[in-house]
Amino acid sequence: MTESLLDARSEHLLRELAPQVLAAVIRRFHDFAAAEDAVQEALIAASIQWPRESVPDNPRGWLISVAARRMTDYLRSEAARRRREAEAAIQSSELAPAPDIENEVEQDDTLNLFFMCCHPGLTPSSAIALTLRAVGGLTTAEIANAFLVPEATMAQRISRAKQSIKASGVPFQMPSGAEQAQRLRTVLHVLYLIFNEGYTSSAGPHIQRLELSREAIRLARSVHKLLPDDGEVAGLLALMLLTDARRAARTGPDEELIPLTKQNRTLWDQEEISEGVALITAALAKGSIGAYQLQAAIAAVHDEAGRAEETDWPQILALYELLKRMSENPMVILNHAIAAAMVHGPSKGLELLRGLDSDARMAGHHRLDAVPGHLLEMAGDHQAAIKHYRAAASRTTSEPERNYLITQAARLSESAPAADRAGII
Amino acid sequence: MKYILLMAGTKAGVDTYRAWSKSDVEKHFTFLKALNKDLSESGELVANEPLAAPDQARIVRAGKNGAPITDGVFPEAKEFLLGYWIVDVESPERAYAIAARLSAGPGPGGVPTNMPIEVRQIMSRRTDEQP
Repeated sequence: MTESLLDARSEHLLRELAPQVLAAVIRRFHDFAAAEDAVQEALIAASIQWPRESVPDNPRGWLISVAARRMTDYLRSEAARRRREAEAAIQSSELAPAPDIENEVEQDDTLNLFFMCCHPGLTPSSAIALTLRAVGGLTTAEIANAFLVPEATMAQRISRAKQSIKASGVPFQMPSGAEQAQRLRTVLHVLYLIFNEGYTSSAGPHIQRLELSREAIRLARSVHKLLPDDGEVAGLLALMLLTDARRAARTGPDEELIPLTKQNRTLWDQEEISEGVALITAALAKGSIGAYQLQAAIAAVHDEAGRAEETDWPQILALYELLKRMSENPMVILNHAIAAAMVHGPSKGLELLRGLDSDARMAGHHRLDAVPGHLLEMAGDHQAAIKHYRAAASRTTSEPERNYLITQAARLSESAPAADRAGII
Repeated sequence: MKYILLMAGTKAGVDTYRAWSKSDVEKHFTFLKALNKDLSESGELVANEPLAAPDQARIVRAGKNGAPITDGVFPEAKEFLLGYWIVDVESPERAYAIAARLSAGPGPGGVPTNMPIEVRQIMSRRTDEQP
């Protein structure tokens, strides 16, 4: 891909316009897959031409007309390929120069695009890639780079995702009622996954990677703008902001993990915290509580504590108890146990973990050892804690986490009798 | 999640492979090409590299002053890495399925080689919050 020379403002503008432009082209040509390609080409054309010739007066119209021209070219070549259909297609109004689509009344179909891209028939990785491209306005190269796969591989993933959507026959229109609620849940889940993908250390040769967490926040913000009264949308956006606020404090100079209790809280982003707190407070006041809202509320309690010792653990415990009733996720049980340990002591936490070993969903998960390691250390049983930290280190598939767990075990073992130190990792 | 699929074999195994008939070799090449094409088209292939023959393998250790000391004499039974595939897949099961397909690649007379493929997950750089 040609290196974009766009300044940050124009780049932001491009990304904001991308879904609007795409929606306009789809409305005109009724072909999601081809329209998406055409818009991608228009975006790339803009990133080359705009720095050279200045940003056009009507950037949205510019992008739409370039994409529409690409679309027409595409349909013509398709038509040429299939001569028979050509007769009908070329005469149809679809191929007539678009009268004025670049200036047509803005109709926000962005939500609809989210629904298309997060189609339930897609695998999570396909939905993520397609959402970032079609709604996020990112190039295939940028997405490929963010996920550390070759551009050609990412291009294939996106093109296959579009094929599945086409094959499913889902029309480009707002799903109704219950289906809409279900589809919205999928959209929020995809955004949550994108956010979590961004939760990686920047060490290594990929320092220029796109900030996926920032991108997820931007997309969640746009869903929130479209559905301001939806509590879970607000909850997810708040959760992202309240978590992202701790980004600068989460890792040390050598990219080593710093646990919540040891973070330098002056590095927390107060602006993000206030925005997140305001969002979650307003959402909770509306009364329809959901899992994202509860997680956001928990994050808010952490973020509002000036020092780790000031954390309102009873409040966090109460929130986890609500969350536990709502969610089957075993991770919630683990976090609930930590909160219980902070309020009632480590033996209470360890008691709550019993039985989780046999939970098939947790099979082999490193946190099943990391959390008891932490609680056993709290309880003063360092030998058992070391064992659990080492077991967790062997199970985790995250490099920073493994290093953290090995360090925990080594730290405890240094203060323990020599016999413990002989253990292997 | 990313996995690396490692194909290994002894030098003797590689020598046997060199002695395959033309048609067997061609069938095997066709098989590998089709596999890579499928993995590219499914958007799963991250990398695939064959390695030069074990005859060229050297074990290097640092000598005094850190200078390299190379050794190219190996026991007959030593397994060498012959090549690898890195794939980005939705589940471990999918990685195992790709490995099984590799292992089922045709050998002499079209009979599957049944080579063992080592499947290892590549670590992420995820930095989830620690308690």
